[in-house]
Amino acid sequence: MTALSVSGVYKSYADTPVLRGVSLAVAPGSLTAILGASGAGKTTLLRVIAGFEAADAGTIELAGQVVDGGQSRGRVPPERRHIGFVPQDGALFPHLTVHGNVAFGLARSARHGPFVDELLELVGLSGLGGRYPHELSGGQQQRVAIARALAPRPRLVLLDEPFASLDASLRATVRAEVLGALRAVGTTGVLVTHDQDEALSVADYVAVLRDGVITQAGPPREVYSAPADPWTAGFLGTANLVPGVLQNQGVRTALGWHEMRAGGQLPNGGGEVTVLIRPEQITLSPHSPDGITGKVTEARYHGHDALIAVDVADAGVLQVRMLGTGAPAPGDEVSLTTIGPVTVWPEGSF
Amino acid sequence: MVVTILVLLPVVFLLWQAGHAGWGTIWPLIFRSLTWTLLLNTIELGVIVTVCTAVLGVAAAWLIERTNLPLRRFWRAVVVLPLAIPDFVIGYTWLSLTPVVHGLFGASLVMTLGLYPLVYLPVAAALRRVDSSLYEVARSLGLGRFRALLRTVLPQIRAALLGGCLMVLLGLLAEYGAFEILRFQTFTTEIFTEFNLGINPAAASALSLVLVVLSVLVIGAELMLTRSVAVRAGRPSGGVRRYRLGWGAVPSLLFMAVLIGLGVGVPASTLIYWLTQPADLVGIAPIPLLGAAGYTLLYSFLAALAATVAAFPVAYLAVRHPGRLSRLLERLGYLVQGLPGLVIALSLVFFAVRLAYPLYQSPALLVIAYSIMFFPMALISLRASLVQLPRRFFDTARSLGCSPMSALLRVTIPLAAPGIAASVALVFLSAVTELTATLLLVPTGVQTLATAFWAYQSQVSYATASRYAALIVVIAVVPGVFMSRWLDPSRSSARGAGVRGLIRSITRGGRP
Repeated sequence: MTALSVSGVYKSYADTPVLRGVSLAVAPGSLTAILGASGAGKTTLLRVIAGFEAADAGTIELAGQVVDGGQSRGRVPPERRHIGFVPQDGALFPHLTVHGNVAFGLARSARHGPFVDELLELVGLSGLGGRYPHELSGGQQQRVAIARALAPRPRLVLLDEPFASLDASLRATVRAEVLGALRAVGTTGVLVTHDQDEALSVADYVAVLRDGVITQAGPPREVYSAPADPWTAGFLGTANLVPGVLQNQGVRTALGWHEMRAGGQLPNGGGEVTVLIRPEQITLSPHSPDGITGKVTEARYHGHDALIAVDVADAGVLQVRMLGTGAPAPGDEVSLTTIGPVTVWPEGSF
Repeated sequence: MVVTILVLLPVVFLLWQAGHAGWGTIWPLIFRSLTWTLLLNTIELGVIVTVCTAVLGVAAAWLIERTNLPLRRFWRAVVVLPLAIPDFVIGYTWLSLTPVVHGLFGASLVMTLGLYPLVYLPVAAALRRVDSSLYEVARSLGLGRFRALLRTVLPQIRAALLGGCLMVLLGLLAEYGAFEILRFQTFTTEIFTEFNLGINPAAASALSLVLVVLSVLVIGAELMLTRSVAVRAGRPSGGVRRYRLGWGAVPSLLFMAVLIGLGVGVPASTLIYWLTQPADLVGIAPIPLLGAAGYTLLYSFLAALAATVAAFPVAYLAVRHPGRLSRLLERLGYLVQGLPGLVIALSLVFFAVRLAYPLYQSPALLVIAYSIMFFPMALISLRASLVQLPRRFFDTARSLGCSPMSALLRVTIPLAAPGIAASVALVFLSAVTELTATLLLVPTGVQTLATAFWAYQSQVSYATASRYAALIVVIAVVPGVFMSRWLDPSRSSARGAGVRGLIRSITRGGRP
């Protein structure tokens, strides 16, 4: 049983296709991140799921019930879908207090019960019920927004880039609190974001949306280390794409012979392939003549870690991630060792 | 849509009435020498007043918004006060002061002093948004002070200036009371005379048609001259640095003092002088002051409610479903705004006499007339505040279980409250100071403040008339103060945000 199932959904605005056959399944109680660049259709997908927009074609099911079958007949209006919605900047009703906002979706009789206070406690805002939205910080507003969305006990909560407008220093804390509240009540969540760090670090499941199509969906580790195609690989993080040849159940590149990750479609027999080597799969050591060697061309120091560009013969310039301490300087000669299985695509699958 | 058709009915009635009289009767009435005299008068007055209001309005706006003029807060508060004094009261105070003020000179003086805030308001709003860095870049590129102003600042206030001039011209075409008092003959005074002298509906409707054509021409010219300029939203990023007047502050202060002295000081002090004089009842049965005030308040308030209620669905649909339909509605509303109140009132008289006699001289017809006349104002206010409301609020309410109607009631309407209040206040204020349509449509046996003032004033009972005029001004000032408190751009509370956008779009040439 899936909490939310989207299949083959299309949506256009005035002849401009935005969603082009999106399919997605969300497991109950999980948090799914929809990751996409701006303009990929993330917000439109959320609005169609919430019922603010109608799908042109395709089906949306909530716990097995069809809420949008691509036709106006039988389409369930947003207020009867029981989907919570946390918009980008919270969209707290400015004319209501925090308490009034959280109680907005409750039946009249429940608005003054202890439930609202319990929710405020859950998001760490006890005692602020009498404040107005403009008296709160950005992070507090987002926490009220999640409490408001959770109050009517929705089947699903949609979060539309809720942390994008927060300061970097604040974002991680607010994110932990908001998503913590979501998990505490066990509600299924769908989070839209353009921040791959965010998607990979908080979600149980990541779906990559590109130009109105989901290119890949899966657990964060799988999506990151075994991307469906080179574009997805580059979108999820820094990617070294190196030419290679299949050999001995593995693949040989300028960096040596590598074990291959299971799965994936490979050309029959031998042949030329594109190999993905993530920057953290390479380790650098002081120059020794009998290994793979290269010359450091650039060293970008980030404090906790450093990204080193190394020019290797026959492989081009490779990005290597290492701890910030002991990073080499441009011009140094280094030796490279590659760890772990690599992902391989047939040549020309760009 | 239905509402807009109702609002446009006056034009239809007017054409129908003209057709009823027969085009054979109408054409000679239009092409007679009187029409040319009236046209000449109107053009002369239009040119003089437009130029004068443009100069005074821009000068006052620049001094208040972009220089270090002393007492700016005071000037900003008083410079728009002439809007709260009906033009017919300004005319009456000047004439009662000195009979020299009459004819073209008197009409030009009175209308300039009464209408310059219509230029000041949009230009000041535009100047407030002009970024100082543009001017500074122009200076750094080698332009002198004056040329830099001309080439960077003027283009940015052009649309506002044109919009203001349009409102002045439309105001001139629609004005009746002040011209009648100052013995200056225009279309409105002539239409009124034709109508009152044994009811010559054919001549009245012929002249009304000419008046409508003139209004449409003015609107058309404005539309052609106004290129859509990309207006940058929000506060100017490069900051606002005020021009240092230095010794220029002395003539500048003198200018402001004379402007306010003539525009506010003279009418106010003359009015106060007449108030202190004993009442001079001449040949008219006394009209109870409070009774007249009661009728004025009642009719104006009903009209404010009716216009707001009628305009809300139109504004809501136009904002929620932008497209060809809403643009059409916008244009139609604009056209109604260009229709002089006299024309609307006349067409309603024709309508009542021919089709709905029980309505004739009933309070309902007067309230309907006010509602139609001030419908565009309500539409502008409501639209401006609804446009400011992000759709997210409505959507979020839906996701929390509200039906569309309940989301409208619980979220949209409370959030649009400042716009709704502004709409009610604007229509109320306009109806209280309305004279022309009131004279034509006031129910039998009823006197409002405006008609009572008019009755005494025509008998040269200046002292008695002053009581009614003063009460009109007092009633008009109350919503005026309420609105300027809400609309003050320097107040930056959360709820003020929507309202600031409102005044911006109202003053951006008065277009919905």
